[in-house]
Amino acid sequence: MGLEQFKNRNVGQQEYVMLDLEHTPQSPIGKFKQVVKRTFKPELFVGLGVTMREMINALFRGQMHTIKYPFEKLPISPRYRAIHEMLRLLESGHYRCIGCGLCEKICISNCITMDTRYDENQRKEVSEYTINFGRCIFCGYCAEVCPELAIVHGQRYETASEQRASFSLFEDMLTPIDKLNLQQEYDGFGAVTPNADENIKKTPLAY
Amino acid sequence: MSEVKTVENMVSITIDGTTYQAKEGEYILNAARANDVFIPAICYLTRCSPTLACRLCLVEADGKQVYACNAKVKDGMEITVDTPNILEERRAIMEVYDVNHPLQCGVCDKSGECELQNYTLELAVDSQSYAIQDTKREVKNWSTVLHYDAALCIVCERCTTVCKDMIGDAAISTTKRGGEPLDKAYKETMPKDAYAMWNKLQKSIIAPSNGTDYTNCSDCGECTAVCPVGALTGRDFVYSSNAWELERVPATCAHCSSGCQIYYEKKHTSVFDRSEKIYRVTNEWNYVSLCGAGRYGYDFENRVESKDEAAFNAAVEAFKKAETIRFNSVITNEEALMLQTLKEKMGVKLVNPDARAFQKFLDAYAKAAGQSLYSYDFKEVMATDFVISVGASLRNDNPNARYAFNNIQKMNKGAGLYFHPVGDTLVPTFGKNVELFTHKVGLEEAALYLVLDLFADKEKLPEDVKSYLDSFKTTATKTVKEKVMKNVTETVIDEETGEEKQVTKKVPEMVEKEVTVEKNALVEMLGKESDAFDATFEKMMKKKESFSMIVGEDLYFHDRYENIAKLIALIEQTTPIRVAMIPPKTNSLGVALICDLDDEATGYTVGYNENGNFRLSALGNGDLDMPAMNQQEGTLTNMHKRVTPTNAALEYNGYELNDLMKVLVGAPDLTVDWTEKLPVSKGFKTAKFDDLPNGYLNDGTENRGYALENLSCEAEAINVEKIGENSVLEGEIVYRCNPQRQFNDFTDKAHEIFEGFGLYASPAKAEALGKKVEIDFGDRSITVDVIEDDRMEGDITALADFKSEADVYSLFGPSRYRKVTIRKV
Repeated sequence: MGLEQFKNRNVGQQEYVMLDLEHTPQSPIGKFKQVVKRTFKPELFVGLGVTMREMINALFRGQMHTIKYPFEKLPISPRYRAIHEMLRLLESGHYRCIGCGLCEKICISNCITMDTRYDENQRKEVSEYTINFGRCIFCGYCAEVCPELAIVHGQRYETASEQRASFSLFEDMLTPIDKLNLQQEYDGFGAVTPNADENIKKTPLAY
Repeated sequence: MSEVKTVENMVSITIDGTTYQAKEGEYILNAARANDVFIPAICYLTRCSPTLACRLCLVEADGKQVYACNAKVKDGMEITVDTPNILEERRAIMEVYDVNHPLQCGVCDKSGECELQNYTLELAVDSQSYAIQDTKREVKNWSTVLHYDAALCIVCERCTTVCKDMIGDAAISTTKRGGEPLDKAYKETMPKDAYAMWNKLQKSIIAPSNGTDYTNCSDCGECTAVCPVGALTGRDFVYSSNAWELERVPATCAHCSSGCQIYYEKKHTSVFDRSEKIYRVTNEWNYVSLCGAGRYGYDFENRVESKDEAAFNAAVEAFKKAETIRFNSVITNEEALMLQTLKEKMGVKLVNPDARAFQKFLDAYAKAAGQSLYSYDFKEVMATDFVISVGASLRNDNPNARYAFNNIQKMNKGAGLYFHPVGDTLVPTFGKNVELFTHKVGLEEAALYLVLDLFADKEKLPEDVKSYLDSFKTTATKTVKEKVMKNVTETVIDEETGEEKQVTKKVPEMVEKEVTVEKNALVEMLGKESDAFDATFEKMMKKKESFSMIVGEDLYFHDRYENIAKLIALIEQTTPIRVAMIPPKTNSLGVALICDLDDEATGYTVGYNENGNFRLSALGNGDLDMPAMNQQEGTLTNMHKRVTPTNAALEYNGYELNDLMKVLVGAPDLTVDWTEKLPVSKGFKTAKFDDLPNGYLNDGTENRGYALENLSCEAEAINVEKIGENSVLEGEIVYRCNPQRQFNDFTDKAHEIFEGFGLYASPAKAEALGKKVEIDFGDRSITVDVIEDDRMEGDITALADFKSEADVYSLFGPSRYRKVTIRKV
């Protein structure tokens, strides 16, 4: 496209269409008449009717569209990346984290650190686990890479606190054992795809 | 193994259409690796015998399927790495390895460095066709350092192979797994090699070879190094870190004179303590084998937070008034050169008993042999097929010398003679052609004369030596019984016909016969029966082509060391034997070459990691802290006559020797600036520290630092003396010798090394001695615990010298053996 049309700055040569508008009333009485005419149209009552209907729906039929934040909160998308949570195994209540260190490795802001040890039950125990929320950019890589769906992004988006450290320990993130029944499965990045079964090749078993 | 590739011993082979040069008689796999060609293989270890456990290295050579790990190259050989049939075999083998392998890669200590994982991906195994019921396999701790998770084991037998062929302990072996038999149908449907491999795999598992749950070994941990999966790990390392988190610092092990190449692997201590810590030591296990001290003795650092100026000033004052500096050989070449500079500029005496003894010995040898250094390094020793060890407690003095001795027996169909006063139960197990001479203390000269007698070209020997050797020979007549076949004619009655028949049979009969035998009094003197030895020696010499001799510390601390050094030079002159020496401590060779040492300490003494009026110490217990070997850069001269670089793994914030030098006599900015000043006249090169490489090439060439030049000097005529009868010791004798895995205060500081300070004795002797004894050396005495060493034999006990505090060196004086009185406490 050439630039010719932009170079034509002779505005007066173009074909403008003039609208056929009423003239603005000049006399006081003319102005008054225009106001009355514009105000008392039937559309006013259509609008008032809609408002009345919604008010009745909200108040008496339980169709309220606003919520009372902070007492009420809207559900958010499973892909939302809020403060991390550590999930437990539903069967045993043991934490899911196996201490593989992948979250620590993949973390692009280097904010996850963990210590592991060989415990008395010959298992790998996560003896320390912290996330430095001062550095975390909530990219979600840790949740995506986690092979056990142990570290996930929760729904807690209010992260104002006197200290960021309030969130950063393993125990703070871990599902409280008495609320295990309320633990939600994570559906965000890194979760099992709905058609996962179709993509798996079965291994024969000799039992 | 010379590093120069001559044209004569190279052949050309073709791999997948490309022509390569390979050493004659080399296995195809090694030849391919040397030329950077990839052939998959799990179970093969470069310097050990092929086990054929994994069968992955199947290739097609000249149209025939062979295993690359045990088929040798031939000139003009055409090799195809992948054929459709071989690929099918390999894929089936990897599928079999994956059967029932626990899916715990997330926690496994291999953390991605796993060969099973790599080959599964390499061969694109994405589905499983085989199945068998699993067997319960339990986690076991084999020793204080070894952790074995049988469930992860793929029974490639690399651990058992390295333990037998390299280390010589043969402490682990395959045993019955008790698994289900394979489904018969697989035999028809599976590729052949995969089935055979699975059949063997399903029947075996690794266990200590002594039948108990615990290994009886030297705890070197080499098995954990070679394990391709996470089955074998150091107990301390289990689940403590992922491999990818650890930063690898290439270094030289500072514990003994082997100077092995190691990597210190470090990361932060914990979530809360961000200071770095060494988690483990790893090595290039295809090319170098570590001992327990190298692998587990890594946490000997001296943590110093800041520079202590008061102590530094005190040190400067101490140096100014010092008459003597006492030090040991656990220092770098650069530090040795600094001390030598102090001697030149300030006139202090330098006292280092182990290096001094070695220096004198080396000088005597150089004068006689006409070269500044011994002929062979230990890699060359390893390539020979007949090895002799004199004056070294092979098991304790130097692990690499022991590995070489053992490897010769296992890999080169070799033979070995081991001369030592302290009986050993391990050395004879190295091979069936190993003869032990447990001789009297002080008869090392007799051993060397025997070597001369056995190997020397009699034409070349000086007349007096020849007649001296002949004087030991006596002929005697002896009646021996001999088996003779004799014809006997009998009359038998045929049972069926009743006829009498004459039958002639051959019946063996023992006939007594008089023979003249030559008796060699030298052999008898060294504690063996002469004619029995003659017969075994004849067997040992069969098909032997190359000969080497290892000499050790006993000879340097011998009162007739000069004569011994001459004898060794004479052996090199008149026999095909070439000699390699074991420097007594870490950098004794470097110190001996660089420093001008004195015999006696006098006056005010500054001790560097040793006792003194003022103590510099890298152990954290001195008047001024110094960096330990894992905290400093520099070079070490190892027994392979090589100057190898080592790097700082951990931080150190205090003063170092170079800071003192700057104040005292002026010095360059960094310690490593001294590297290029090392004396060229002693064989060093003017190489910058930063230019020194520290690694191995794919064909096993040691690309570390540089080799010392063996300078030729004027040789004096060799006039050897007769065996000194006076140096023979009898009675209660104590030997100055460290237990395995202990070399110095630094190994003692490491938390994974448990061998204690004390008097080591054979089980019988330990029982007789009780728990604690006082050893009376005449002028002084020492009270120590008695520790049983079940690999020792005989009455000679061994007192450890690794604690510099106990000052065992001065107790023994110029000898390694002392006659003492031992009292129970």
